[in-house]
Amino acid sequence: MKTRVTVTLKPGVLDPQGKAIHHALEGLGFAGVNDVRAGKLIELDLAAGVSNEDIEAMCRKLLANTVIENYRIEGMSTAP
Amino acid sequence: MKSAVIVFPGSNCDRDIAVALRDMVGRAPTMVWHRETELPDGLDLIAVPGGFSYGDYLRSGAMAARSPVMRAVALAAEGGVSVLGICNGFQVLTEAGLLPGALMRNAGIAFVCRDVLLTVASSQSAFTSRYEAEEAITIPVAHHDGNYTADDATLDRLEGEGRVAFRYAVNVNGSARGIAGILNAEGNVLGMMPHPERATEAAHGGKDGRRLFEGLVAALG
Repeated sequence: MKTRVTVTLKPGVLDPQGKAIHHALEGLGFAGVNDVRAGKLIELDLAAGVSNEDIEAMCRKLLANTVIENYRIEGMSTAP
Repeated sequence: MKSAVIVFPGSNCDRDIAVALRDMVGRAPTMVWHRETELPDGLDLIAVPGGFSYGDYLRSGAMAARSPVMRAVALAAEGGVSVLGICNGFQVLTEAGLLPGALMRNAGIAFVCRDVLLTVASSQSAFTSRYEAEEAITIPVAHHDGNYTADDATLDRLEGEGRVAFRYAVNVNGSARGIAGILNAEGNVLGMMPHPERATEAAHGGKDGRRLFEGLVAALG
């Protein structure tokens, strides 16, 4: 089972990398980019039976630092 | 004083802090590999050194904070052993939950590597007792992720409880309220981005870091 975890900085947390990307896009002549926020995509290949609670725990305990980051899980387990 | 230095893959200031401790304390620290599950008996001080543990993968300090030895470090800290986290060590301590907040990419994006002027914000700890409050000292920094961040309630609490140990006189990385180093509630855990161990000999260009170790020797023997 493939599960994707997207980790993003919380709104309001300064994102210097996003800012740099934004400046670079403007430098390339792309107009109309209002803001850029950079994050991480983590793909998990999980055995059947790994519960949604386990995936949540993985996010809270390691994949995201919830002081500064939010996470979103796609492809949650359908196991009971 | 009996001390230990934790060594992770990618630590690169472990020898610097070991030399500083050996010279200042008069006894070499025990070097403890990150896979160890137990620390030497009778420790007074644990140093979590600077460097790039695990290549800063995922987040600076994130992997190291979950390594086996850090459970033992957390237990020791709870038991009152002093813990000093420098640079990557500060990042590891926040990731491990021993100190609040997080250290993010420098606001100016660039890696900052130079001497900085610090203000001693609190002299009420074993780490800072040999400094005067509000004293200006010069200690080098070398980091990419030193931008200290916490919510306002946490920052207010740190300031209200005298737990900000050091501030940048000139904010080099965007840290909230200029914070360069903080203490835990009990005062036995200090995390700081500047490197006091790199300011202990005349050849370093300054010796303002010495008094941090002298304070520890005075408090811990």
